[in-house]
Amino acid sequence: MAIKTEEMVLNMGPQHPSTHGVLRLELILEGELIVDVKPHVGYLHRCFEKHCEAMTYPQVVPYTDRMDYLSSMYNNFGYAVAVERLLGIEVPERVEYIRVIMGELQRIASHLVAIGTYGLDIGAFTPFLYCFRDRERILSLFEMTCGARLLYNYIWVGGLSHDLHPDFVRLTRDFLNDFKPTIKELNNLLSYNKIFIERTANVGVLPLDTAINYGMTGPNLRASGLAFDLRREDPYSIYDRFDFNIPVGEGTHGTVGDCWDRYYVRVLEMYESIRIIEQALDKLPEGDVTSAIPKRIKPPKGTIYTRVENPRGELGYFIISDGSLNPFRVKVRGPSFISLELMGELCKGHLVSDVVAVLGSIDIVLGEVDR
Amino acid sequence: MKKAEAIFEILKNKFPDADIQIDSETPTEPIISIPPKRVYDISLFLRDEEGLLFDSLMCLSGVDDANGEKIKQEDDSEIIKGGTLSVYYHLYSVSLKHKVTIKTSADRENPEVDSVEPVWKTADWHEREAYDMFGIIFLNHPNLQRILMPYDWDAGYPLRKDYKNPEFYKGMKVPY
Repeated sequence: MAIKTEEMVLNMGPQHPSTHGVLRLELILEGELIVDVKPHVGYLHRCFEKHCEAMTYPQVVPYTDRMDYLSSMYNNFGYAVAVERLLGIEVPERVEYIRVIMGELQRIASHLVAIGTYGLDIGAFTPFLYCFRDRERILSLFEMTCGARLLYNYIWVGGLSHDLHPDFVRLTRDFLNDFKPTIKELNNLLSYNKIFIERTANVGVLPLDTAINYGMTGPNLRASGLAFDLRREDPYSIYDRFDFNIPVGEGTHGTVGDCWDRYYVRVLEMYESIRIIEQALDKLPEGDVTSAIPKRIKPPKGTIYTRVENPRGELGYFIISDGSLNPFRVKVRGPSFISLELMGELCKGHLVSDVVAVLGSIDIVLGEVDR
Repeated sequence: MKKAEAIFEILKNKFPDADIQIDSETPTEPIISIPPKRVYDISLFLRDEEGLLFDSLMCLSGVDDANGEKIKQEDDSEIIKGGTLSVYYHLYSVSLKHKVTIKTSADRENPEVDSVEPVWKTADWHEREAYDMFGIIFLNHPNLQRILMPYDWDAGYPLRKDYKNPEFYKGMKVPY
């Protein structure tokens, strides 16, 4: 008599340390093998888009902070770029430079969290502490500038809320000089660690055509081998003035597009962000950062879709203006939302313990998935 | 690299029987409107045609146009009868580096639009979100259910302009 077997359903989350927020994954298993993964999201849904319709344009800025709370600066940045394009206004040079510096500092801070917690998920505790030590210094720089450490409300439509602190440039240079050698340290601790490589190489391989069809962007797409970076592809602000490389996955320890590649692209991107910040600090012009802030923001009738390269990928704002003081519709295309969609595809055929490795490597923030 | 006007001409020639319009009046980006039941054909054409190759769907957004007749209720709230709900598709070609905005509008009472999930897999969750928030039905979608709201939410579609907060949820009074 044949033994009857059936698939087992296992819930991971909503409260699970490696889901990076409140996320439930429904794992469908055949023994240890994963047949499918169904993510269930919405636990942090806060009606961001509905709120926007009741707010004036400047009032939306603090709400954007709360979407992807690990890259709040960049969310502000993207929204400001979108509304400025809708209004058709230019912002002063100094504002643009400060925005780029803040954006890239935020990118480093965000990648440090991604790398640190990824190590933590896999079982390496020490690198996490190193990453958070360095991130702390970036948060101190932000705190010095605008008074907040996580939710900044700093980049406004047409300008910035505060000018830089007089010591900012010196302290940022100090930080960058101290930080460069620590990336090397981090590589020796984690990136080239045999156990870490065994856990991540050849796991969750994402082929390039699948990645494009699934709308993957940012480091996750670049790890699959395509040098696609919106700072180059679709330039906004003043990114066309800086000299930087676009790191792509090369399959050093396995296949192109595996978890290790997705991880390592983020490490390499931190070097590029440092280069951009250094160039921006060298050229930082004098000027007033609040002069171009409009007293009353009332864009003409029309629609705009603007996208910026958030640390996690393409952050798009689709805004419809009906010519009044409130946006008629704001839609946010968050990179984490799209990346999470691919979980099932990436995990198929792997073992249960690899789910954590894959989930950590696509680096999601649930605040943005659910908005 | 093609402009929206050129893409419009190509679509017009390829699909002479479909009602395709272009709105170039918008200050920022021209929008091509297509009928809701032809979305799948046209999307497939846009993706695969040599010279267009829109291989990436950047964003898919549902919109409540709120262009119907507004009827005042007794408690001063409004409900909207008639008019349309729209879906906007922002497409990008990774290889040819051009983009285009497509729009389709469906009746508010019976908002049925072709799903583009078979064309761009990323549309799966985007369409579920549009269904969740606006109640737009995507035909041939493999798994059309709510995504951000609870699966058993029965108080309507929150992003519609005439949505009213429910007083009770599953028999419990909502305290606000």
